[in-house]
Amino acid sequence: MTNTIHRFIQSGEYIVVDVNSGGVHVVDKLVYDMIGLLEPPIAEEMPERLLSELAGYPAEEVRECYAEIYSLYKDKILFSEDDYRKYADIAVKAPIKAMCLHVSHDCNLRCKYCFASTGDFGTGRKIMTPETGRKAIDFLIEKSMGRQNLELDFFGGEPLMAWETVKATVDYARSVEKQHGKNFRFTVTTNGMLLDDDKIDYINREMSNCVLSLDGRREVNDNTRPTPNGKGCYDIIVPKYKKLVSERVNEGRTDYYVRGTFTKYNLDFVEDVLHIASLGFDQLSVEPVSAPADKPYAITEDDLPKIFEQYDKLYDIMAESVEKTGKKPFNFFHYMIDLNQGPCAVKRLRGCGCGNEYVAVTPDGDIYPCHQFVGIDEWKMGNIYDGVVDAKIADYFAKTHIYSKKGCADCWARFYCSGGCNANGFIYEGDVRTPYKIQCAMMKKRVECGIALGVKLNEAKEREASQNA
Amino acid sequence: MKHIKTINKANLKETAAKGGCGKCQTSCQSACKTSCTIANQQCEANK
Repeated sequence: MTNTIHRFIQSGEYIVVDVNSGGVHVVDKLVYDMIGLLEPPIAEEMPERLLSELAGYPAEEVRECYAEIYSLYKDKILFSEDDYRKYADIAVKAPIKAMCLHVSHDCNLRCKYCFASTGDFGTGRKIMTPETGRKAIDFLIEKSMGRQNLELDFFGGEPLMAWETVKATVDYARSVEKQHGKNFRFTVTTNGMLLDDDKIDYINREMSNCVLSLDGRREVNDNTRPTPNGKGCYDIIVPKYKKLVSERVNEGRTDYYVRGTFTKYNLDFVEDVLHIASLGFDQLSVEPVSAPADKPYAITEDDLPKIFEQYDKLYDIMAESVEKTGKKPFNFFHYMIDLNQGPCAVKRLRGCGCGNEYVAVTPDGDIYPCHQFVGIDEWKMGNIYDGVVDAKIADYFAKTHIYSKKGCADCWARFYCSGGCNANGFIYEGDVRTPYKIQCAMMKKRVECGIALGVKLNEAKEREASQNA
Repeated sequence: MKHIKTINKANLKETAAKGGCGKCQTSCQSACKTSCTIANQQCEANK
């Protein structure tokens, strides 16, 4: 069943997802129940057993529903087949088009849950030189081959601690991108501590997106994101974020995220989402911490019911706003699913692109599949100064897709998460190709909420259209 | 239809044949950096 159809009930609405076509259907309870009793291929003639299995419903309605199901089956948007494996089978390594540039392996906060060992990734505190930043640009231009759009995220540690390198890298890329037929898109992920007017100007001019870290309510944020002397950072960063975002919004831009992490310490994280929204931000992402189970702040399996409750609560708040106003009150990153035009099926086979079209580069120029693999020797792929990337590792990631990852081919959510985070698989399950099961559970819940919200938005659009007709 | 309302007309299968052009954003370069959701990315070939 999970291979072709997923059924779920979200706040009383019966929703059926045709996994392989991406078709989403809102159905009544009878269809919902009937679909649970069917397996493809669907015959034109209704199996008589359905009359007894659905004995509580009038026979005429049972036949009517079956006819509708059969009609959608014939249209290939219900019980459709998975015929994408052929695209995965020919997967080869791709040009590198995206880079996570670790300009700083140092940080000015001491976040309790930091996966980067408070910024240095366990490899010593370092700042990338401008020369290495420029070398990274040359490397990316060369390795991107025919790709035009190139992405580079300034990451750390805290990237604003390497501000001279950030500027030198951007300025150099801008000076050479045209001659190479490239279009650089820069982003930055920052904790905000070093933001000032000049940096805000520069970021708003040059960065096509920025991710601003804030965990929510003051007490939550300051508990998990202290400064080295143990003080909170909330009061330092929030005014700076407001300034940065207001300048973007004044230009009609929505290309930023205020991003928080929730942990076992704030399993009521919807309060943090709402708090961030109350500050005037409307592009939000609040995400579960990634941490081993023995850490006191780690999300563990017994937290899942509470987390699902919170995701439902957030859905209800957003859905209510859509019903009343036709619009979402804010964007929540994990509920953003475009039911009509998302990425193509080929992209959906292979998730994040790490180690293949996306790499991370350290202050010394070492190359890793992504930021989460940094510092793990067995995954080092080379150094930008040598200009050679480990083809074996790249090929391994090219062939890491939903048909080679454990359990994905039978999971209904496979075209929404594309196999999930490869690094999490390695770190928490000991194998890149084994998805991290706690993340899977949360992902599936979020995808359901995202689809259901898409249904609500669609209904609101229809209501508006009929009122205007 | 009386019992089923189909919400989206787009069919993922139709995107496969012309897919994989590589113009789009790399998924991990979005807000998350750990909990990637691919379906919220945009197709840039259709822009």
